[in-house]
Amino acid sequence: MARDGGVSCLRSSEMMNVGIRGMESPPLDVDEVHVLAVDDSLVDRIVIERLLRITSCKVTAVDSGWRALEFLGLDNEKASAELDRLKVDLIITDYCMPGMTGYELLKKIKESSSFRQVPVVIMSSENVVTRIDRCLEEGAEDFLLKPVKLADVKRLRSYLTRDVKVSNGNKRKLPEDSVTVNTSLPPPPPPLINSSDSSDSSPPLTISPESSDSYSPLSPVEIFSSPLSSQLDEEDDVLTSSPESSPAPEESPIRRQKMESPGLD
Amino acid sequence: MDSHVAQLQMQYRNYILSLYQQGFLDDQFTELKSLQDDGSPDFVAEVLSLFFDDCVKLVGNMARALDQTGTVDFSQVGANVHQLKGSSSSVGAKRVKGLCINFKELCEAKNYEGCVRCLQQVDIEYKTLKAKLQDMFNVSVIIVHMNPVSVWDDFNKIILGKE
Repeated sequence: MARDGGVSCLRSSEMMNVGIRGMESPPLDVDEVHVLAVDDSLVDRIVIERLLRITSCKVTAVDSGWRALEFLGLDNEKASAELDRLKVDLIITDYCMPGMTGYELLKKIKESSSFRQVPVVIMSSENVVTRIDRCLEEGAEDFLLKPVKLADVKRLRSYLTRDVKVSNGNKRKLPEDSVTVNTSLPPPPPPLINSSDSSDSSPPLTISPESSDSYSPLSPVEIFSSPLSSQLDEEDDVLTSSPESSPAPEESPIRRQKMESPGLD
Repeated sequence: MDSHVAQLQMQYRNYILSLYQQGFLDDQFTELKSLQDDGSPDFVAEVLSLFFDDCVKLVGNMARALDQTGTVDFSQVGANVHQLKGSSSSVGAKRVKGLCINFKELCEAKNYEGCVRCLQQVDIEYKTLKAKLQDMFNVSVIIVHMNPVSVWDDFNKIILGKE
């Protein structure tokens, strides 16, 4: 179980062979995506693990940056050339962690020769633009706002399988195709990484019924298609009808599609 | 017998809806429910159980940190609040999360009385949520017992709009 705080591999017998150091590579299929998830919160580890498993990823979840480095064999100075390369296709890490932050972990991974090509995704509960930019500049592939949803993970998965190589310079590029959403709502700003419009992904605009006084007894479907008012910051007024006119990716390039939908209240 | 089941199911549905309407739960809870399936039938219960364990632990930490004679380490209180905010957000415990947001500000302002009051509210709030969710699960167990059709099918239909 993922409760022991160390390396945890939930319900995956193959992953039990993966050791901290000095063990052989796990017997994974070449096609299987292996994700290393790093989060100090047990609740979040369980959730991200489930999200990743649903999208057919093998998951190793650890509770700290140090454990992650240990798992990757990066925690000592000596070159570990003789070790079989662990197959890690994606590293997803929380930003705020005691000891080593996700940003510090990102830097260490990008400094390593063995794992610098592995995409690193940062998760954070805070939508701080400077934080996002700093992570992207350091080479993070994407930035997810917590709480993470299945649509976010599916998006990550889609560009993993397509083996998109995105350099820092391309991070501001907008995709040309729009994201498929509910027809009743305008399309959200597209994710910065050129993800395909995965039609099977649930609409990013899953909304919570805000407990406001204007709340009248709606049918359940109506309740859950009411817009979410942006709780976090004011720059989320990014309603556009076409991807090309999405504003200012330099400001907050990557976020979950939380936004205001004026006119639909 | 059928009408009793139908009535219970109706009450159950209304109960769930009321939890959303009263702001106890938000769409993240819906998201968690959608991750549950026949292969992982206990997923939500497992996550919630861990969440409530977290609440006990973190509230205890905060109570101890605020119970100092002398200087209170507000950054330590704040660190625990941050963690609770995170996990409540991840399970969709909307009211708890909202309180944590206030709590964080009170910590930053080093408002001792405010922190103590807020902690009491957090304590009440998570326990209230726990009781309500327990009621919900209890009713669902009764319904499942009376009616072989899975009660989560109903939930999925209502809450997720699936047919």
